[in-house]
Amino acid sequence: MLDLVLETKGLTKYYGNFVAVDNLDLSIRKGEVFGLLGPNGAGKTTTILMLLGLTEPTQGEVRVLGFDPARQPLSVKKSVGYMPDQVGFYDDLTARENLIYIAKLNGIPRDEIKRRVEEAIERVRLTNVIDQRTGTFSRGMRQRLGLADVLIKNPQLIIMDEPTQGLDPELAHEFLGMIHSLKEEGTTILLSSHLLHQVQAICDRVGLFSKGRMVLQGTVSELARKVLGGAYRIQLEAEGPAAKLRKALGELRDVNAVKMNDGRIVIEAQKDVRADAAEAVVKAGGRLQSLNVESQSLDDIYTRYFDEVKHESVH
Amino acid sequence: MSQSTKRLKSRNEREGSPWTGLSAVLTKEMADHLTGARMLILEALVLLTAVGTIYTALKSIKPTDDNQFLYLRLFTTAQDPLPAFVFFLAILVPLIAIALSFDSINGEFSRRTLSRVLAQPVYRDALLMGKFLGGLLTLTMVFSAIWLLIFGIGILRLGVPPTAEETGRALWFLLGTIFYGGIWMALAMLFSTVFRSSATAALASIAVWAFFIFFWNIVVGIIAPLLGPDQIATLDQLVAAGQTQMILTRISPITLYADIATIMLQPTERFLGFVLPVQLDRAIKSPLPLGQSLLVIWPQLTGLIAATILLFVLSYVLFQRQEIRA
Ligand SMILES: Nc1ncnc2c1ncn2[C@@H]1O[C@H](COP(=O)(O)OP(=O)(O)OP(=O)(O)O)[C@@H](O)[C@H]1O
Ligand SMILES: [Mg+2]
Repeated sequence: MLDLVLETKGLTKYYGNFVAVDNLDLSIRKGEVFGLLGPNGAGKTTTILMLLGLTEPTQGEVRVLGFDPARQPLSVKKSVGYMPDQVGFYDDLTARENLIYIAKLNGIPRDEIKRRVEEAIERVRLTNVIDQRTGTFSRGMRQRLGLADVLIKNPQLIIMDEPTQGLDPELAHEFLGMIHSLKEEGTTILLSSHLLHQVQAICDRVGLFSKGRMVLQGTVSELARKVLGGAYRIQLEAEGPAAKLRKALGELRDVNAVKMNDGRIVIEAQKDVRADAAEAVVKAGGRLQSLNVESQSLDDIYTRYFDEVKHESVH
Repeated sequence: MSQSTKRLKSRNEREGSPWTGLSAVLTKEMADHLTGARMLILEALVLLTAVGTIYTALKSIKPTDDNQFLYLRLFTTAQDPLPAFVFFLAILVPLIAIALSFDSINGEFSRRTLSRVLAQPVYRDALLMGKFLGGLLTLTMVFSAIWLLIFGIGILRLGVPPTAEETGRALWFLLGTIFYGGIWMALAMLFSTVFRSSATAALASIAVWAFFIFFWNIVVGIIAPLLGPDQIATLDQLVAAGQTQMILTRISPITLYADIATIMLQPTERFLGFVLPVQLDRAIKSPLPLGQSLLVIWPQLTGLIAATILLFVLSYVLFQRQEIRA
């Protein structure tokens, strides 16, 4: 059996007649970073709340670390860290006091609390303001403290709702770095976002949410293959007989299509076929001038997917 | 799916104790109350009224008075222009209790700390109970201090120590005062779970307080006759009508508290409720022993506690079902 950290089956949430999450099947393996993607109101936050037992599912099953959040909430919450989309702190208390409270709620032994709090704060680089009231903290500092707050309990699974929302690019980057280092330590991470390039940078797999349904799921290149056709787009400039070059390139393995674009040749392929393409060009008597692989962008997938959906719904 | 799931048989069975984390919440709440500016203002207010009323009361109390209950009279003696301390207590205790808890739940909502706290391994039970007990213990500390202060002033100014009987009565009255605060605290807490805005919750609590202070007796005056016969012809009917009125006024916690104050602080009072002048004449004005007085106000005391529990359970049920979104 796979090491499933999180699993849902037919998870559904109705608000009145409105279905916020519709029949969601999701499974996340140990050590994975999974990104929940989707436009506003797609149901990402609702899903997360159900995973934590903060709201009751209308239907369906949830297992987090093998526990049912509705019936064994303590076991779930002991090992799952949750960072809400807007983290709030007790403004009159210092960063340290805020975290001590959380540590106590987690039942961490008294003599360990100080060390754990300081380590967590150190980790998010807030040591210099540890005894400052959180009321004075900037958005970025709050977000860091939010992460420290999650780290206090040494979670096996961390769930973050829009972790980089409202952060400047530099801090967002740093934040992603911290998430990445957590992954390297073996923590499983589920995050939601609509900042696609960030998700792409750190997520092993992503799930595309739309109107409560998980419409696509897989690695970024899998999604690219499904939505964009070829997963890899390779641009190539070469001197030589164009028709012959195109034919030679089209015959390569794993190439789906070869098109011309502004005098350049564009190859859509299932793999990075740059080496083969270069060889083919030379063999066909052409002179290679440039060869680039376009990174498959989640942005493209996202835009294309939702364009298609819109398109279909018009007809 | 896993064995750990199977271990919990019925659907309603929850794992672990509902009070996990209670002491953490309790400690934090008390620390918040005791260091907060809000509490400072309230303490100053009570202190001021206590000292003011006690000193004016002392003007008319002499250690040579043959009345044995000098210390209890510190609470009950009114001297122009100030009413007695008990009167202030009846009005201020609700306000203090409300001030301590009108934002207990919705405040966490608006600070966006609630989802963070409830993502920790604690039940909502512990959070709610911790907040309530934290408030109640704060009240207990404040009023115990005030009681000590009053007795201290008494010893200094009267020169005689309080008797055991007096001390016992004052302590029971302290208990009554704390539970009187408890009921208002539970009410404010209920509103703080119902209303998302703290201002609305505060306003609703104050509205209930004002209603009972100013209007309840008027309302009773209107309702009570409607419940009885059109014409009161016999003595029995008169007694029945009077009793209906008494029962109705006791819906108000203020009446319950006034009853407790009367019986505990004025040992010569032995009846509560509707008393015909004939009966009153026969009631000899000798003090009742503490045990007997306790029996008289036992329904009031348990009524306060029961209402507090009821309100708390109501907030609990509402809070349990609430969705915690940020
Ligand atoms: N308490 C509620 N009552 C009714 N509808 C609700 C409630 N909470 C959420 N919804 C609806 O459920 C849908 C999903 O909301 P959700 O917050 O999960 O979206 P989201 O994907 O997190 O969006 P965002 O990216 O804006 O955070 C929305 O259309 C929202 O209006
Ligand atoms: Mg959301």
